[in-house]
Amino acid sequence: MSNAQASDAGVISADGVPLKVSLARALRRQKIRALMLIAPLLIFVVISFIAPIADMLFRSVENSIVPDTLPKTVVALQEWDPASNEAPGEAIYAAMHADLVIAAEQKIHTRVGQRLNYEAPGVSSLFRKTGRRVDRMEPGNYKEQFLAIDKDWGNVEIWRTIHRFSGNYTSGYFLSAADAELTPDGIELVPENERIYLTLFVRTLVLSFTITLTCALLGYPIAFLLSNLPMRTSNMLLILVLLPFWTSLLVRTSSWIVLLQQQGVINDLLVSIGILDDQNRLELMYNQIGTIIAMTHILLPFMILPLYSVMKTISPSYVRAAKSLGANDWTAFWKIYFPNSIPGIGAGAILVFILSIGYYITPELVGGTSGIFISNRIAYHISSSLNWGLAAALGVILLALILVFYWLYDKIVGIDNVSLG
Amino acid sequence: MAALPPYASSAQIAWHYGFRTICALIFLFLMLPIMVIVPLSFNAQNFFTFTREMLALDPDGYSLKHYNDFFTNSDWQGALGNSLRIAPMATLLSTGLGTLAAIGLSQQHVPFKGAIMAILISPMIVPLIISAAGMYFFYSRIGLQGTYWGVVLAHAALGTPFVIITVTATLVGFDRSLVRAAASLGANPVTTFVKVQMPLILPGVISGGLFAFITSFDEVVVVLFVGSAGQKTLPWQMFTGLREQISPTILAVATVLIAISILLLSTLELLRRRSERLRGMSPG
Repeated sequence: MSNAQASDAGVISADGVPLKVSLARALRRQKIRALMLIAPLLIFVVISFIAPIADMLFRSVENSIVPDTLPKTVVALQEWDPASNEAPGEAIYAAMHADLVIAAEQKIHTRVGQRLNYEAPGVSSLFRKTGRRVDRMEPGNYKEQFLAIDKDWGNVEIWRTIHRFSGNYTSGYFLSAADAELTPDGIELVPENERIYLTLFVRTLVLSFTITLTCALLGYPIAFLLSNLPMRTSNMLLILVLLPFWTSLLVRTSSWIVLLQQQGVINDLLVSIGILDDQNRLELMYNQIGTIIAMTHILLPFMILPLYSVMKTISPSYVRAAKSLGANDWTAFWKIYFPNSIPGIGAGAILVFILSIGYYITPELVGGTSGIFISNRIAYHISSSLNWGLAAALGVILLALILVFYWLYDKIVGIDNVSLG
Repeated sequence: MAALPPYASSAQIAWHYGFRTICALIFLFLMLPIMVIVPLSFNAQNFFTFTREMLALDPDGYSLKHYNDFFTNSDWQGALGNSLRIAPMATLLSTGLGTLAAIGLSQQHVPFKGAIMAILISPMIVPLIISAAGMYFFYSRIGLQGTYWGVVLAHAALGTPFVIITVTATLVGFDRSLVRAAASLGANPVTTFVKVQMPLILPGVISGGLFAFITSFDEVVVVLFVGSAGQKTLPWQMFTGLREQISPTILAVATVLIAISILLLSTLELLRRRSERLRGMSPG
């Protein structure tokens, strides 16, 4: 009897519970304990960091200001055919009047005007002007009275814009961020000379690529030297790499400003040696050269450190074997050493590239107008033009771009191999 | 890269010295900003270049007036005070929560480990301008924008990945049987943690904390958006100084910050060696 029970439930532990059950219980308890330890930080990061990012994603498509401020107009506009070349009828003007009276009372009509102004310039002043006079309108004949305030109210384009952006969500910000616009004929790119964002994205990528390339060119010899010197010497020299790495970003940027400006150290030196004429001082700053020099310096340690850690593991006997088989110095390096160091170049290059795409401070301070990145435009839209939706859309595109590169980094290097020097 | 063998050809000799010259130039490039800004901060004039007196090593060419300005000017002192109020609090938050989470993550059975790790590391991956934009939007919604705690929360979030990475790295070499031994001798989990585990992982925790501190102390993008004039930190003050009207006091501030980073770097190096010794590895 008892034998049959034991074989049914498997092995039984000392307290009479089947071993399988008590093992599962112990495992569950371990998992819960681990999660309890992680939970406080997880909740903290979700609230203080993940929620903001999610909010940004939401803001890049959110458009509730139009349907919230102009609810009656939005409903009434459903009847109107935007393809017709006629301004809407009296009913819609009456709805607009009713909405604007309420909005003007709460002083929010300027906000919706500003929102629509991003899509059709001129709407902001139209709304502001109308909002001042809307409560003095006589009942009836609204269309005439609106047209009396501004004949733009008869403009079909204005009504098309309101109609197009009357939903709770919009792709308008993303389209603007990609220099496109929604026309009655579908999505079209704006004229070539107005494509600021595409130009900026391309410039960000090209400059980041240039910076990555210069970092690789300058970082490779240093990493090679460090990994081939005796430990004691290389540790001493490593300090020369780590000290700039640890120095505040703003300190390094201000130092580059001091070095590069027209009355700066480098120009002064060149003039006093006699290489340069005092009149023809070099313009090393407030352009792309300034951004490239300063950012190469700032990101160079991120290239050297992963390269160094890979090169340290390349056994010197490989090169020696190649030489003993008759290879000369160059062949031994190019055919044997260099292929072995490629993982380090890959790791460093992707790291530098990712960091560089998102840079803000250094381009802002030394880049002038031609050396700024897409991040600077995002900051401009948040703090100066106050077009938060567009800033959010640009941010989402940049984030997506970076996540693609991180995914590549994870595939090639593995995210766990991030080392802090 | 050992010394040249006696049979080296002339091309090899040329390459040997040529390569070292190239490396020396790159090292010069790396150190140039620091080498230039430190002596310039002692300039007696309000110039950003070396004056004739400085080059002649004339004592009259040097002065401490920019340092004097830094330590007496109320703008700079206010900014320093703000930095010193924000950074330690952010460090405390991120080190405390980060250490707990790292211990949790290094347990043997952690469900959804990959996903959790990705979330916890994300503040390091996302570019600062995007974090700053998101935090600005979200914190203004919940009324944290422009407050002390808003900046502290933001900085603590940015600092946690560094704590997680350093503490998890220390825990890799941690011998689990020590915890079991303590437990078998009757210690409860809290005593085991305080008396056995904590002293051993302390170097990792302190270096993680230093990373978190320097992240907050150096950070400017997020504080520019999340903070208001009341939270103006030292980097923010430097940023406005550089953008609007560059004053030589910035050079003195920069030198003070360089001194701080040298201090931090040596502390970290000492801690790394200590941690390796504790784990029975030879110092590298």
